[in-house]
Amino acid sequence: MSEMNEFDENGPEVIKRFMYVNRKAPYGTIYALECLEVVLVAAAFDQDVSVVFLDDGVCQLKKNQDTTGIGMKNFSKTYGALDDYDVEKIYVEKESLAARGLTEDDLVIPVEVLAADDLREVMAQQDVIISS
Amino acid sequence: MAYECNGVTIETDEEGYITDISLWSRELAIRIAEEENIEMDDDHWEVVNFLRNYYEEYQIAPAVRVLTKAIKKTLGVEKGNSKYLYELFPYGPAKQACKIAGLPKPTGCI
Repeated sequence: MSEMNEFDENGPEVIKRFMYVNRKAPYGTIYALECLEVVLVAAAFDQDVSVVFLDDGVCQLKKNQDTTGIGMKNFSKTYGALDDYDVEKIYVEKESLAARGLTEDDLVIPVEVLAADDLREVMAQQDVIISS
Repeated sequence: MAYECNGVTIETDEEGYITDISLWSRELAIRIAEEENIEMDDDHWEVVNFLRNYYEEYQIAPAVRVLTKAIKKTLGVEKGNSKYLYELFPYGPAKQACKIAGLPKPTGCI
């Protein structure tokens, strides 16, 4: 009982900043899908959550994905549910987009595009960074 | 575990969620609901259809708080609240209604 009280007193007070960083292409490995699922589960814990897409990770958000040829579920539609899960801080690195000939209009959800320097600053403010 | 529906055996996982979503039908939904002691009426169907549409759009079964919020947004507060949804699905709107809707276990239900 005393342990529970301790949790009640201290638990909800501590809100940490969690940042999930996606650097890999959506298919070929399981990283992108797994990271998305972790973000959706973690969203239930009332923490400060942000999601970043950089390097090939920006391709995860590309519109009009067609996975029929590789026999995998096209989970790009699921990014649209992030808003329902109250995950509102979604950053995409400007340089990564440009290097792949993409713009904000090519993405499935509205995002905040940040230059590498600005993104670095946001990263520096985090308590936990999970990279995949 | 498995359900018998129109002479076809439909496999489920150990918690009773059907494993092949494409095998879902309204008849199967009624069979699963029977197993859950739920008699499907228009209000139940409204939630089940809502979940199926949500899955179609986002490819996931929403967690209960997300479902509640989404229903509130489209059907109004008198349906988008826990009390109403738990009256329809006493063992949890997301878990029970998702099962009846033929969807996987909700993402983010803990």
